[in-house]
Amino acid sequence: MKRAIMMDEKDNVATALVGLVAGERVEVVSSAQEVLEQVMVKDAIPLGHKIALANMAEGDEVIKYGETIGKASRDISVGDYVHIHNVESIRLPLTEHMLRSK
Amino acid sequence: MEFLGFERPKDLVGVRSIVLVMAIADCTEPAARMIAEGMEGAVPVTQDHGCIAMDVVPTLVGVARNPNVAGTLLVAMGCEGIQPEPLIEEIAKMGKPVDVVNIQKIGSTRRAISRGRDLARGMVEQAKKQRRKPFDVSRLVVGVKCGGSDTTSGLAANPAIGVMSDMLVDAGAAVVMIEPIEAIGAEKPLAARAVNEKVKQQILKWIGDEEKRWTVPGAEMDFMCRGNIEGGLTTLEEKSLGAIHKSGHRPIKGVLKNTEDYVETVPPGGGFYLQDGTHSEPAAMSYMAAAGVHIVVFATGRGGTFGHAICPIIKVTGNPDTWSRMSEDMDINASTIMEGKESIESVGKRVVEEVLAVASGRMTLGEQSGLYNFSVWRRDPRLEVLLGITQQWD
Repeated sequence: MKRAIMMDEKDNVATALVGLVAGERVEVVSSAQEVLEQVMVKDAIPLGHKIALANMAEGDEVIKYGETIGKASRDISVGDYVHIHNVESIRLPLTEHMLRSK
Repeated sequence: MEFLGFERPKDLVGVRSIVLVMAIADCTEPAARMIAEGMEGAVPVTQDHGCIAMDVVPTLVGVARNPNVAGTLLVAMGCEGIQPEPLIEEIAKMGKPVDVVNIQKIGSTRRAISRGRDLARGMVEQAKKQRRKPFDVSRLVVGVKCGGSDTTSGLAANPAIGVMSDMLVDAGAAVVMIEPIEAIGAEKPLAARAVNEKVKQQILKWIGDEEKRWTVPGAEMDFMCRGNIEGGLTTLEEKSLGAIHKSGHRPIKGVLKNTEDYVETVPPGGGFYLQDGTHSEPAAMSYMAAAGVHIVVFATGRGGTFGHAICPIIKVTGNPDTWSRMSEDMDINASTIMEGKESIESVGKRVVEEVLAVASGRMTLGEQSGLYNFSVWRRDPRLEVLLGITQQWD
């Protein structure tokens, strides 16, 4: 089974270690490679992108590495693709210029 | 934990015995290069900010004082603003051989090169006589850095290096991380690791000053770019946390400063330190060398290949494709984490073993390829004044 890694036990997202297809089940592993759970992926998720492990309401903190990486800009449910469409930075809002810059 | 190092005066230990042939400015760079040419153990270095850039002197003195350096030969034109005598005085305080060839005094570039080769050869022969001895790992100072990062860096290489950082600090060694620009957005977790309030304020200044430098109105730089987003990084916080993961989790004992007058060296006693400086790879390595770092561990997803004149560089990649295509340049394979074959901790332990082996004399792949990059970074003093950035750290 394909795998996604949860970098810290406090995290509510995991990162895909290979590209994932919508509708498939993925094994969530710890940094020690122990299988923690299985999650049904609702969207296609490329390698290095994130999948929700918990339901989050708009405004909830998104946790990776055991730290806050931003807040949910809309409700997120388990298995959702987590990226700029549903998470925003608390530190630095995304600008059009950043989306254009290489 | 022990390694086999070279005993130096002033109770210091080196992991290499390099003879530096240092052109004080780039006008004597060809002469320095020809002095060191074909001479095993001698490495030519220079700086390209000109001969009146007095603020590069602390870095030049610092790298010559690094315990990996057995001796230093300065190559001077004679008319430089940066005169060799004060450098000699500062370098000689470490009890190591230092000398100079002055082209204008000798009256001929060719004769200066010939004289320089004799002097450098003498230092190399002296250095070769020395034998390695066992030392406790607490005498070791290791730098951590990343560059050519990709999506695997924050998942595999940097976390594995973070495990190494913690293991080395726990064993009594010192670990140093430079590059404040990558910490913008990770203020909270870094500040939380400060050993006291003073260090916490230093960490916030270290990051805040760098943010000011890169956000000058009209000349802003994006801290996030399309490539980051395409790679899966959603926010600046996520990007920065992935980068600083290589620093591990141990308390931060201080921020090592560099000003126009001095480069602060790593104090004895081990522990984790941050260092002010640049993100540019070879120049950052020179700064770390000037602070007393012996070896740098470098995470690179895309496969940056370079070395350094003074510090052996151990390269770690988490990208399976980079590992399979560039294994001639990559010292450690962390892509096993991506493939589910190995835990982050297990890779971290392998990095520690490699650090001890390299400290004891094993050549890194970069050294085997003869990659001895060197450059000196210089902060723009005019920008600092315009932005109101002071070197008042306390």
